[in-house]
Amino acid sequence: MKLTKLLTGTAIGLAMAMSATTANAEGELTVVSWGGAYTKSQVEAYHKPFIEKTGVKINSEDYNGGIAEIKAQVEAGNVSWDIVDVELSDAIRACDEGLLETIDHSTLPAGADGTPATEDFIEGTLYDCAVANIVWSTIFAYDSSKIENGPKTMADFFDLEKFPGKRGLRKGAKVNLEFALIADGVAAKDVYSVLDTPEGVDRAFKKLDTIKSEVVWWEAGAQPPQLLADGEVAMTTAYNGRIFNAVAGENKPFNIVWDGQVWDLDLWVIPKGAKNKDKAMDFLKFSTATEQLAAQASWISYGPARKSSAPLVGTYATNASIDMGPQMPTSPANLSNSVQNNFEFWADNADQLNERFNAWLAN
Amino acid sequence: MSDTQNSNDVLVAYDGTPLKQQLAKTTRRMKLRALLLTLPLVLFIIIAFVLPIGDMLIRSFHNPTGTNVVPNFAEVIQEWDGQDYPPDEMIKVFVQDLALARKNREVGKTVGNLATRVNYEIPGSRSLFTKTARKADKITEGPYLDALIKLDKKWANENVWVTLKRVTRDYTLSFYLAATDRKYDENENIIRADELYRIYLPLLYKTIALSALITFLCFLIAYPVAYLLSTLPLRTSNLLMILVLLPFWTSLLVRTSAWIAMLQTEGIINNIFVYLGFIDDENRIQMIYNATGTVIAMVHILLPFMILPLYSVMKTIPPSYMRAAKSMGASNFMAFRRVYFPQTIPGIAAGVLLVFILAIGYYITPALVGGSDGLLISNEIARHIQSSLNWSLGAALGTILLVVVLALYWLYNKLVGVDNLKFG
Repeated sequence: MKLTKLLTGTAIGLAMAMSATTANAEGELTVVSWGGAYTKSQVEAYHKPFIEKTGVKINSEDYNGGIAEIKAQVEAGNVSWDIVDVELSDAIRACDEGLLETIDHSTLPAGADGTPATEDFIEGTLYDCAVANIVWSTIFAYDSSKIENGPKTMADFFDLEKFPGKRGLRKGAKVNLEFALIADGVAAKDVYSVLDTPEGVDRAFKKLDTIKSEVVWWEAGAQPPQLLADGEVAMTTAYNGRIFNAVAGENKPFNIVWDGQVWDLDLWVIPKGAKNKDKAMDFLKFSTATEQLAAQASWISYGPARKSSAPLVGTYATNASIDMGPQMPTSPANLSNSVQNNFEFWADNADQLNERFNAWLAN
Repeated sequence: MSDTQNSNDVLVAYDGTPLKQQLAKTTRRMKLRALLLTLPLVLFIIIAFVLPIGDMLIRSFHNPTGTNVVPNFAEVIQEWDGQDYPPDEMIKVFVQDLALARKNREVGKTVGNLATRVNYEIPGSRSLFTKTARKADKITEGPYLDALIKLDKKWANENVWVTLKRVTRDYTLSFYLAATDRKYDENENIIRADELYRIYLPLLYKTIALSALITFLCFLIAYPVAYLLSTLPLRTSNLLMILVLLPFWTSLLVRTSAWIAMLQTEGIINNIFVYLGFIDDENRIQMIYNATGTVIAMVHILLPFMILPLYSVMKTIPPSYMRAAKSMGASNFMAFRRVYFPQTIPGIAAGVLLVFILAIGYYITPALVGGSDGLLISNEIARHIQSSLNWSLGAALGTILLVVVLALYWLYNKLVGVDNLKFG
């Protein structure tokens, strides 16, 4: 008897819980992004005005990148994420594997100045299944209170004699190989053609060998500012927004070196079979409009993906004395010696190069 | 009652049914009840353990990507003898299948899936497939091979076709080869991977070696502690026991992070060393983000698993045995070695087994403090499941790890005997 009661109770409970979620799902949207200062910038610039305008409730979830969760959800036929902020190479791969809804570019809103969206977005930021919102960059930074007359070029990062001390690098082949080649004297525009040859890969690893003993490897974006602040490393590669936030938000004396920066995109994608697909599409259009992209850039130093947003980028939201323009990876001075991450190269070679990288690391 | 008994000559129950039948019925009911009571556990084990592990085992050698994406081609290509190029009608089927797959974009059956699969075998060939598929519907007449080569000259590489034949078979050894640093060459022979790309076997050896070291260190530290715990008066030993258990109850992440604070180059231990003048400020010792860090943190975390079985066994050894040995003239050492130690072996056996098996599959601690050379095989498995999404390779590595653990367990059973284990 007791058991039956318990079972009925559980069944009723489950049924209620399930009906509750379906009921809630009608007015909700689950937006997934990278957390920290980055998600905060999106909450301020996208979520809040969107909630105000439409009344839709937004659940903001954090994740660590990659397409594992999207893949698992889509393949299981139970998609709980409606719209996800992903890196370009992941967007392309997920799109290739049919995990994403396709997006009709002609439905995107025109720029504030009336330019159609397809022309307003910076070249290479619109894809079949993805629409870019920001341009971010991997740079290297150092603590100016500890190094006087600091490093200026990527070659300095690899120069242990001129600048002794530990180096922080992201654990993985991507970006590190590009940095190594630039430091070894390869012109930014030739980086991927050199890297596409076995000799080029050897050359990059040989350059990495020169600092291997001094490297502290990081994995999460929040680590490098911490490593710098703790004095664990003399200089470290990092995502430019994280360093900016440590400087602007926490008054850390960090300097960014833009020479040899490798820039990349973050894009919105909608997993195939998302429960609130239409709302997700509305949110996508809303958040990638000129004003919203410009507003986000006032919260974090990532460049807007629309040309029409650039003139609207003003000062830092919580400190009007910081002009955001020069902090953007896309600002002309910062772009002078830069590489755009080649998603195709990495889609082709990531597996193999990561394997080699890990073998190299373990020896 | 008595009537029935007389007429049939069998024992019957109060209601007239034969007693044997009644008994069988009752036993059956009891068995059913016992079964129902264990049902939650059985279901739990099946759902949470047997099915996922079974699924993992299958994924490691069963990968139907090829047949899913290009089903018709997968069928016809198997008749090709592998010499030169496949006949043009087979390539025609391939081109048509590609165009269809691109049009349908069904989850798990897209050109991207095939491209990823082939890229495991021929690194760098992913874009060959995605690019070709975009134009596949434009190729409408033969010779199809020439049309493909015109699109991309990589199609002239015979190895691409040999590989395509291989990946369109559902059952494959490829992932076990990759997991043991081997691969197929152009002629389908199994060869070792280039030295620069050998990673999994060395990592497996290192995992076993580090786990053995961690187990040994745990034993060295735990034995005296357990001895102390079992011999001290109850009040003191309870206090000490709390000291052992307190970290055990603390979150794994908290303990690991605490070690980061202790061991990092600007951390507490290095600061003390510098302050005391053991080392100078420039030459701080790197104790974390390497194998040393992994060993230190894991020994600490796994220590209770060694102390507790040892303690429970030592607690049962009467102190009079040692006194008896000494009264018969044995030295302290002799009494320990001949009388005390042999009686603790079941506890040692249990502790060693627990710690070693936990260590060999450990994941979070090495991920946090392992840095470059302190990573274990489970971190590679996690990478393939979470980020590279090569689930088949992750499954093959997991299966190999499982087999290694089972083999070691078997060996252990031969040497120590599992019946001798005593967890308390």
